[in-house]
Amino acid sequence: MAPTATKPVRIIVAKVGLDGHDRGVKVVARALRDAGYEVIYTGLRQTPEMVVDAALQEDAQVIGLSIHSGAHMTLFPAVVDELKRRKATDIVVFGGGIIPDDDIEALKKRGVEVIFTPGTPLHDIVEWLRKRFPEKS
Amino acid sequence: MKVRARDPKQVWQEEFESSPARDDGIETSTISGIPLQPLYTAGDRPRREEEELPGQYPYTRGIHSTGYRGRLWTMRQFSGFATAEETNKRYKYLLANGQTGLSVAFDMPTLMGQDSDAPTSRGEVGHCGVAIDSLADMETLFDGIPLGDITTSMTINSPAAILLCMYIAVAEKQGVPASRLGGTLQNDILKEFIAQKEFIFPPAPSMRLVVDSIEYCAKEVPKWNTISISGYHIREAGSTAVQELAFTLADGMAYVDACLERGMHIDDFASRLSFFFDAHIDFFEEIAKFRAARRIWARWMRERYGAQQERSWKLRFHTQTAGVSLTAQQPELNIARTAIEAMAAVLGGTQSLHTNAMDEVLALPTDKAARIALRTQQLLAYETGAANTIDPLGGSYFVEALTDEMERQAEAYFERIDEIGGVIPAIEVGFFQKEIADAAFRYQKELEQKRRIVVGVNDFLVEDNEPIDILRIDPKLESQQAERVREVRRKRDGAKTSNALNALGKAAAGNDNLMPYILDAVRAYATEGEIMQAMIEVFGTYTETAVV
Repeated sequence: MAPTATKPVRIIVAKVGLDGHDRGVKVVARALRDAGYEVIYTGLRQTPEMVVDAALQEDAQVIGLSIHSGAHMTLFPAVVDELKRRKATDIVVFGGGIIPDDDIEALKKRGVEVIFTPGTPLHDIVEWLRKRFPEKS
Repeated sequence: MKVRARDPKQVWQEEFESSPARDDGIETSTISGIPLQPLYTAGDRPRREEEELPGQYPYTRGIHSTGYRGRLWTMRQFSGFATAEETNKRYKYLLANGQTGLSVAFDMPTLMGQDSDAPTSRGEVGHCGVAIDSLADMETLFDGIPLGDITTSMTINSPAAILLCMYIAVAEKQGVPASRLGGTLQNDILKEFIAQKEFIFPPAPSMRLVVDSIEYCAKEVPKWNTISISGYHIREAGSTAVQELAFTLADGMAYVDACLERGMHIDDFASRLSFFFDAHIDFFEEIAKFRAARRIWARWMRERYGAQQERSWKLRFHTQTAGVSLTAQQPELNIARTAIEAMAAVLGGTQSLHTNAMDEVLALPTDKAARIALRTQQLLAYETGAANTIDPLGGSYFVEALTDEMERQAEAYFERIDEIGGVIPAIEVGFFQKEIADAAFRYQKELEQKRRIVVGVNDFLVEDNEPIDILRIDPKLESQQAERVREVRRKRDGAKTSNALNALGKAAAGNDNLMPYILDAVRAYATEGEIMQAMIEVFGTYTETAVV
């Protein structure tokens, strides 16, 4: 079911950090687009400030972050903090990449709602969004 | 009455077609989508006029007439993490355990030409490799390791020339002349634009730096493999085996063209070009890919480029097992996957091999996981008998037919790339990027539909995945490394450093080979970030148009 009745959920997907591994982020972006969401992919090497700028400019409700370099404990919370600073905490942040289990719990405490690790079916990501934004799905 | 014997192949065909097939819905094509027959026979392979033999053109069966009877492949585990000091300890550990060559993994800031104290380095220092900011770190990295006696591979691209100069400078301090140094520099910028995306300068100046280093090494560091033309990253980014093969060889030809344009002679540099492929899990397809790669390259070098020397025709390659095939779920299974992939590389005739550690899908490998990975290669070399016979699958109806098919499909890609105008124009219009993204998406869909199975991921799951120990990088390391680079800046002869950097900037604006200028800057303890900045001011930087 494509979200057509109301304004569709708009999602910024971004690669934060220095690594260029964009296979995952592109596959997820396509899958979300196919599921009826409006997806804007920022491209590589976005700083937390750039990601939040893009989300505010595009009036996005969701930010999806991807990283494979191991800098997630620094950069994911930095995005959440930047949202707080810009008083935009209604924007939901989720993440994906090579992220060990222990770090997932820590990231959730720091305000990242959910982390999808390698091997996650695309369907699970879509389902999570449908539940998170039921009125628009 | 004469009874005519029925054709045995026809009998088999009828029996096969009238018997029930498995109905599990699993694809029978290769992982890259090449349709496979259930059986290959003598009729499936076009007759070649002459028998192919190892050590003889077109080298389908290997570049050495002795195979692994003469010399085993080099066991070269890619390794680097945290600080130069920590990594130096790991190198000594691996060498003591029978590893035969070093392979340096750099951290993201080093790969992106940034110093550890740069604002955009935050959170990244020492995480996916070792942090190297200046010659001082490189001296620590190779402390107590005699550079005249070992070979070293360095996986770095945009700033490759700088790291090679640092290596040369460390050797100087050890009293080892550059002419004795052996090793490999990845230095393959084209696949960065295509797949791994660690580009900094635009394509033209990036290619100039590559050609500068090839030209310089041909004279000064003649035993050095100046470039490792890499399919690995193309494959890991989601390409098929055929795309990996075709795009990598197309990149190789683009480097050859660039060197010829510079005025170099093909036989002066071709033999120092080396290749780097992925060994994925689809066993026979991988073996066919390696065999096809050698045959295609030999033909292009001899027929199209007119290389005269046999060594210019031989495609030598390093292999790494497929990181992307590893799973975070039931990670011990990765030991089995890696062993199978490594076997494919060996049967495909690789010159050197890295086997992934089972925990690399989660973090950098622990000592134990790194040792198991190395032991897997030793097991292949010494227990299995795989090294006893040269190209043991040569003559297999199936493997020969698949080798021919990979070759045919690669040639079709070369034509498409030519039609677009060559590799760089194809990068600029996003041709490779789209082909790869399409293949990655198609594969993911096949997984979701369970037309392909990854054990432990979309079938054969367990409730609780037992956690395994992973290597953690101390968060304090970042500030320590940042302090170290600041100390280098304080202690060096500042005037000497800035003179060297100014000279480099001026040379970059002209046409000189930049290697001697970079080497001077390195010797004057200019940092990697400063040297890159001197060139960025002239060359500018490149931004990719993101295509989904």
